[in-house]
Amino acid sequence: MFCLRGVRYKNILQIDELEIEAGQITCILGESGSGKTTLLKLLNHLVSCDQGTVHYKGQDVKVLDAVALRRKVVMLPQTPLLFPGTIKKNLLIGLLFSKKEPLADAALLQLLEEVGLKKGLDEDAGTLSGGEKQRLALSRIMLMDPEAILLDEPTSALDDDTGDKIMEYVSRYVKSKGKTLVMVTHNKIIAKNFGEVIVTISGGNVKQIEKEGAIK
Amino acid sequence: MSEIVEIGPWRLLSAYFFLLLLLSFIKGQSIGKEKEILVSALRMTVQLILMGYVLVYIFAQNCLSVTLLVFFIMVFFAIRNIFGRVKVPVKKRLRRVIMLSMVAGTSLTIFYFLLLVIHIEPWYEPRYFIPIAGMIIGNSMTGVSLGTERLIGEMKTKKELIEGALMLGATPKDAVLEIIKDTFTSAIMPTINSMVGMGIIFLPGMMTGQILSGVSPMIAIEYQIAIMLGIVGSVSITVFILTRLGYLTFFNRFSQLEE
Repeated sequence: MFCLRGVRYKNILQIDELEIEAGQITCILGESGSGKTTLLKLLNHLVSCDQGTVHYKGQDVKVLDAVALRRKVVMLPQTPLLFPGTIKKNLLIGLLFSKKEPLADAALLQLLEEVGLKKGLDEDAGTLSGGEKQRLALSRIMLMDPEAILLDEPTSALDDDTGDKIMEYVSRYVKSKGKTLVMVTHNKIIAKNFGEVIVTISGGNVKQIEKEGAIK
Repeated sequence: MSEIVEIGPWRLLSAYFFLLLLLSFIKGQSIGKEKEILVSALRMTVQLILMGYVLVYIFAQNCLSVTLLVFFIMVFFAIRNIFGRVKVPVKKRLRRVIMLSMVAGTSLTIFYFLLLVIHIEPWYEPRYFIPIAGMIIGNSMTGVSLGTERLIGEMKTKKELIEGALMLGATPKDAVLEIIKDTFTSAIMPTINSMVGMGIIFLPGMMTGQILSGVSPMIAIEYQIAIMLGIVGSVSITVFILTRLGYLTFFNRFSQLEE
């Protein structure tokens, strides 16, 4: 689905070749400062590489419309991003941005229940805790029904238990709907438990690619 | 209506008594700003005397090219003033937008105002054109300065929010819509507020001047209302162009935030 060749980005990344397959959960494992976030941003063309190419489904991202690409390849930043307003507004804003039809309240409530967020739609999103914000931000992305999801350290703000629950939920969603998930983490256990492919990067280079049938 | 009393050089000198008063206060409290005050007063005096001679000359010419030249000089200095007044660095692309907004916004308003509202013959009659252009350009300059500073500041502090919106598939315009609205409001508010106090808290300079020179207060307020609306128009157009084109300078052709 994604293919990087000869990619150089400032002094942060040097990737000679990396292929990320569709329909799989790929974990990018590495220390902080190893260029993981930049790698994700290359995939949704939020940054452009200085040299080399990034292809999405066989097409160079530089010839694709960046906004249209980001509607198919949606990224969740490390710090969950909330917009001022209610939970409902925050859930629907991804659909609004990507010019898709909003969903009915019942569907939104059901989704909140599935991610274990027991809140009303009209509550102020600003009062949520870090973990709740992350779940809200994740739900928002799943509503958008993207082809691929990019997660940047999705569990860093959560305790282990909640982190595991959320990851189980996300991986179930991804597998049942045939989505592609690329997740950046520094947590080896999370990578081992949920990654079907684990790409270890260090100092901006791909060090190792492991494939395993870790799911279930 | 009686003609205006001419002050004359000697009685004008006596007005500098107020400056001496200020200087004595400053000295008495050892504030130590004497030099600045003297330089400011001197600059005011010299600049105004020069302007007086320039205006006498221009009024005598009454010619289109001289009037337009004065217009462009005024806009040029207003733009320079904006660049100087905004305390954060302004990128080249945004500078171009500022120039465009000032030239387009003020000239559109001035031409509309002179041709339609005042309806003078010839439309470039400098006695009308220059003071009106001065008020319109000056107020637009304030609006654009405020707007530019606000826009740059907001784009910086809300960077994560903008990037987050882009990650959710927002177009650059949708990602910064709130910032555009906010910038527009904060830039036009001083103009709106000055309308509220007008006539009660203060008598505007132009109206005061006209009344002093013997014009009936009713005509003076006619002009004042018209010019205030002209200022509203010009500030709106300049700030609208600034915000609508200005935000684009923060993005590149891949809809990425520029460094």
